[in-house]
Amino acid sequence: MEFNFQFDWQAAIDSLPFLLKGLPYTLLISFVGLAIGFVVGIVFGLMRIGPTRWLRIPAVVYIEVFRGTPVLVQVLFIFYGLPTLLGGPINALTAGIAAIALNAGAYISEIVRGGVQSIERGQREAGLSLGLSPPQTFRYVIWPQALRRMIPALGNQGIVSIKDTSLFSVIGVGELVRQGQVYIANTFTALEVYFMIALLYLAITLSLSLALSLLERKGLVG
Amino acid sequence: MNDRVSNQDTAQTAEASPIVRLDKVNKHFGSLHVMQEIDLSVAHGEVVVIIGASGSGKSTLIRCVNGLEPFQSGRIEVDGKTLIPNGASGKSLQAVRTEVGMVFQQFNLFPHLSIRDNVTLAPRKVRGWTRQQADATADKLLERVGISDQADKYPTQLSGGQQQRVALARALAMEPRLMLFDEPTSALDPEMIGEVLDAMRELVNDGMTMMIVTHEMGFAREVADRVVFVHEGRIVEQGPPNQLFDQPQHERTQAFLARVLKH
Repeated sequence: MEFNFQFDWQAAIDSLPFLLKGLPYTLLISFVGLAIGFVVGIVFGLMRIGPTRWLRIPAVVYIEVFRGTPVLVQVLFIFYGLPTLLGGPINALTAGIAAIALNAGAYISEIVRGGVQSIERGQREAGLSLGLSPPQTFRYVIWPQALRRMIPALGNQGIVSIKDTSLFSVIGVGELVRQGQVYIANTFTALEVYFMIALLYLAITLSLSLALSLLERKGLVG
Repeated sequence: MNDRVSNQDTAQTAEASPIVRLDKVNKHFGSLHVMQEIDLSVAHGEVVVIIGASGSGKSTLIRCVNGLEPFQSGRIEVDGKTLIPNGASGKSLQAVRTEVGMVFQQFNLFPHLSIRDNVTLAPRKVRGWTRQQADATADKLLERVGISDQADKYPTQLSGGQQQRVALARALAMEPRLMLFDEPTSALDPEMIGEVLDAMRELVNDGMTMMIVTHEMGFAREVADRVVFVHEGRIVEQGPPNQLFDQPQHERTQAFLARVLKH
């Protein structure tokens, strides 16, 4: 019996141009989704620690629902389920971005809450005692410090969400994994292609980690 | 207003033109009655030192004056503005805080801002000063408290004593009409207490109106126009420092002083 464990580097390199066509979609869904998710997270995170339960309760419901269900189910629901409610189809790319935004938004809400609550009470008191209004105290005193503390957790969430976009191959978004599947269907080079896909994800997530650690180091001066 | 000011002849000056007036103020922390029927007036230019054991309510008392603590009944007038119970003072709360400076036990400098920006933040955002205007004032104040060469550093790069002097400069930058001190030297290493007290002494000499909560009895005796002794949420006794320290009338005051003056 003869085994052939040959890893064909040429096949791996040949697949690259085709795979790279998926990269813009992966990046687009990740970064637009995360950007919206960040805004969503700030809004719901602050509602979560808001002064009345009319703010807190909707925030808790949102966070629990989107943290407690799989992204895959969320995107399938949005892409296949929502159109029957809305009476019109939803673009796969839009569905992917929405799923990342809502899912990351739920986690980021909790990151925002934790970051803001971690700032010592004395900081708020010092701001208020100087005559700053509560919103000014938040904006100039609490938020900049909270944001700095949130960076590691936000980086984590960014990496998780980037990897989550690989699931969206199921709704036909031409991102990295989808491109790979199409390519493999014609060439049967699964080993090489999935290896290259893994490398590409690693390149994206490592760049993000590096960027954030630079940001964090710069922030440490204060 | 004379009828409300109780049990001391020394409040006469305070009654002339009080900048602060607490009127039957009550505050509860849950079941704990931390301020009981507090009446207290402070005159313009007066230095009032509040003493008492930990948990007696003395910090709570001055924190009520700038609305950091809500109270449940009574009223507090500060510089013509009125604070009302249950945190419902609204706009007058910020108006009071703009005119009243506070120095905290833990300094509470803003760690993300340079020393200079710590001092200029409120004048720029609240008073609307330009950066140049605020910077010039900040540099003058930092020089006055002896920190001028550190303006571009960050709070964590300074010693505790230096940080507390910056906190003082930060409060003074708003040109307050009243300064509150909540145990300003209690978190400091012993060798740094003197430099902070010196900076406060200078402020006394400038005629600033001050309410000071402190355990530094020597300092209290030296700078106070009036010393107020608080025990279990009540003002038990008050008077000029000589009288209160040398001939305390109330047994609670005597017992407290016997404990703290021993060392």
